[in-house]
Amino acid sequence: MTQRYDAVVIGAGIVGAACARECAQAGMRTAIIEQGTIGGGATAAGMGHIVVMDDSPAQLALTRYSQLLWSDLASQLPPSAEYETCGTLWVAADEEEMAEVLRKQELYRSAGVPVEVLDQAQLREAEPNLRPGLAGALLIQSDAVLYPSAAALHLLNQAIEQGADLCAGAHVLHCGNGSLQLSDGTTFAADRIINAAGALAGALTPGLQIRKRKGHLVITDRYPGFVRHQLVELGYLKSAHSVSGDSVAFNVQPRKTGQILIGSSRQYDEESPGIESRILTAMLDRVGQYMPGIAELSAIRSWTGFRAATPDKLPLIGPDERDPTLFLATGHEGLGITTSLATARLLADHFRGAAPAIPLDPYLPSRFAAEAAHA
Amino acid sequence: MSLSFEIVVAGGGPAGIAAAIVAAESGKRVAIVDDNPRLGGQIWRGGLTPSGETKEWHKRLEACASLITHLPGVRIVDHPAPRTLVAEAADGVAFTIEYGKLILATGAREGFLPFPGWTLPNVMGAGALQAMVKSGLSVEGKRVVVAGTGPLLMAVAAYLRHAGAKVLMVCEQASLGRLARFGMTLARDRDKLLQTLRYGRETISIPFRTSCWPVAASGAEKLTGITLRQRRRQWQLACDYLACGFHLVPNTELASLLGCRLQDGFVAVDETQSTSVPDVYCAGEATGIGGVELSLLEGQIAGLAAAGRHDQSRTHFRARSRAQGFASTLAQTFALRSELRSIPTPETIVCRCEDVPLRDLLQHTSWRSAKLHTRCGMGPCQGRICGAATHFLFGWNQDSVRPPVFPARVSTLAHFTHKLRDNDFEAKETQ
Ligand SMILES: Cc1cc2nc3c(=O)[nH]c(=O)nc-3n(C[C@H](O)[C@H](O)[C@H](O)COP(=O)(O)OP(=O)(O)OC[C@H]3O[C@@H](n4cnc5c(N)ncnc54)[C@H](O)[C@@H]3O)c2cc1C
Ligand SMILES: Cc1cc2nc3c(=O)[nH]c(=O)nc-3n(C[C@H](O)[C@H](O)[C@H](O)COP(=O)(O)OP(=O)(O)OC[C@H]3O[C@@H](n4cnc5c(N)ncnc54)[C@H](O)[C@@H]3O)c2cc1C
Repeated sequence: MTQRYDAVVIGAGIVGAACARECAQAGMRTAIIEQGTIGGGATAAGMGHIVVMDDSPAQLALTRYSQLLWSDLASQLPPSAEYETCGTLWVAADEEEMAEVLRKQELYRSAGVPVEVLDQAQLREAEPNLRPGLAGALLIQSDAVLYPSAAALHLLNQAIEQGADLCAGAHVLHCGNGSLQLSDGTTFAADRIINAAGALAGALTPGLQIRKRKGHLVITDRYPGFVRHQLVELGYLKSAHSVSGDSVAFNVQPRKTGQILIGSSRQYDEESPGIESRILTAMLDRVGQYMPGIAELSAIRSWTGFRAATPDKLPLIGPDERDPTLFLATGHEGLGITTSLATARLLADHFRGAAPAIPLDPYLPSRFAAEAAHA
Repeated sequence: MSLSFEIVVAGGGPAGIAAAIVAAESGKRVAIVDDNPRLGGQIWRGGLTPSGETKEWHKRLEACASLITHLPGVRIVDHPAPRTLVAEAADGVAFTIEYGKLILATGAREGFLPFPGWTLPNVMGAGALQAMVKSGLSVEGKRVVVAGTGPLLMAVAAYLRHAGAKVLMVCEQASLGRLARFGMTLARDRDKLLQTLRYGRETISIPFRTSCWPVAASGAEKLTGITLRQRRRQWQLACDYLACGFHLVPNTELASLLGCRLQDGFVAVDETQSTSVPDVYCAGEATGIGGVELSLLEGQIAGLAAAGRHDQSRTHFRARSRAQGFASTLAQTFALRSELRSIPTPETIVCRCEDVPLRDLLQHTSWRSAKLHTRCGMGPCQGRICGAATHFLFGWNQDSVRPPVFPARVSTLAHFTHKLRDNDFEAKETQ
């Protein structure tokens, strides 16, 4: 028997869960299908840094919008979501990077993001475990961290409370033209299919411009107060975004548990989920250059995850031009925890025909189709 | 620092000692890496001595000592590249160890089951309390109850009594019927019978109850008493220590990290003790809980096989299959009864690293889901305790092992500078 819905979401990562919640709240008869554990994909691997990023104006608009949605939601999140507005410090190693601090300061300000510039002494006071001699930092107070899997589960539970159906343990084999076939033999009919399958989205919708980008992380035992803000090096922009080749960057996060989450690395075209010592060592060495004392702390586990990266570092949100029933919500690369809420709201606004808070155009999947046509 | 050996033995218990000795006797350069200060593993904690039960092994070890490097207080924490291990010494110094062949003899740890109050101070593992007394804790005049399951309980009770404790009772969850059958098997084996009788004499005046188990421990700051159950009867007993052990759980983490196949929770091996990974062997409790005799035999087989002396390793096959019979009797005798699944209450902490109560786990259907959403198993012990407990309670299996195998310094994880891609590691592997 075919079950009929207004909207069926594929994937209960943080993006899919957020989409199901918005659809259900908009009064649509909604189902969400997950083959594995809720929030067990990239969502389980991600750092959970809710961060405003300014790679491009469209990225700034989306991350800022989403960050505000998170701070509205914060008071409703369960303790397990470990939400904390610890702020981000973009650390400048030298005067050249200090110039970047000032540039960023202007940009964030113009987007209405409260910022503060710390000089060398202020940075030392703010983060005594950073090595002495760093030039300064840009503080973004409104940035936060959370525990992504628990946040995804909360969003899903809200969707279910609003009437959404969860179909767990089933794998979507095919989807398109208003129907979905599942591995357990069920079929669904839907006016709108939302592919939120993360890095696996391309398996269901061929031709998506998504590449897997692997990342490594390490977590320590509990050292409350050792790190106070999410710390990111400013070289991050250069190194993390170099399109070819592997890169590592200093990126550490204080967890509400007192643990320290250590990142980060980026690699294209690496499919195996195993820990690679070459990368891990480079990453930890980089971290040690900024925070020497971290070397002495006790690490308890390492893991990897795959980001779904697009060529322009912006997600794919909106209709797939080839199929009027198909919508995409994927390609969030290293920002999907942050931008999940905005992604879902933009889609729901699109479905309702409501005016979006920010223009949807930069994220429309059709931008690549258009590019291909021009080429 | 980097060390290199023809054969590396991970674990210095009976299996590891036997493996290292026979390999060295065959002329191989061997290292034994163990996280304790002395050789001996769980049972011979004090090290090998020229008299007593370790006499023979002590003598053989002395004779080939020049070929054996013992690395005490060293933990193997990572396997960053083929034939390479990263280890951390007690002082935090990291180094790599390269091997031609690797013998895993990582043994077993005590199993725990959660019940109300089990996290109170002075509720301890039976083996853990024994070890603490060995290293100086005084139990003189203290009232101790020993509870759980397995042949360890009597051994621990005897030891504690000898150390001056008032052992009030030994509570074994297995039924008398099962124990009687176990006793029959023992009677066929003179050594085992003697060992048991020896415990028997020392423990003769200690009340021994079968089909009996703890249902709660109580006390404000530390343990003051426990509630026991035997069939339908439930009663309380005041005590200072509860030494609790629910049989043994194999240490398979390093094997998993290396990619060795597991079967029913143990490392799968063939008749030469080879694992599914080429040149990696496994011997002792990690392949099955069978006691010291089986561990010694498996260790010798693995050591001889790794040294290329296959004919000689065969000479132990028959003795090993006999000892394996004992192992399966052990498993049957001390299998946990299903009533034990209902002793934890919804409030009982199951994961003590992360304080996760049973209540939070009940909504989940897999280890991974429970772990991701409740943090169960995410703490420093990485599920070593609660993993076995949730396996028993819910039938869950733990997910993959990732480095480090034990908590290790961040600098240790970063220690290995990878030579892959520009040196001969890969080439060596494919040849
Ligand atoms: C190392 C690392 C660090 C990161 N740090 C951050 C950070 O600090 N901040 C931030 O904002 N973002 C971060 N990210 C990015 C973020 O984790 C991802 O963008 C986000 O989790 C993507 O969520 P998702 O729901 O799209 O994908 P996923 O979480 O992967 O969810 C997709 C789901 O779809 C399911 N699925 C797939 N195919 C099917 C099918 N055919 N049938 C049924 N189900 C299917 C999968 O099982 C999966 O659960 C990081 C990512 C990595 C790897
Ligand atoms: C608490 C306890 C008490 C016992 N008492 C008795 C008894 O009284 N009588 C009896 O017959 N049997 C007893 N046993 C069982 C007995 O210990 C085993 O049958 C036998 O010791 C198994 O030998 P093994 O070499 O396999 O393991 P073990 O003796 O456990 O030795 C394994 C060694 O490897 C080390 N190791 C593990 N992983 C690593 C790593 N990654 N890096 C470095 N080192 C590592 C461990 O610390 C340990 O020292 C007891 C077991 C336990 C746990």
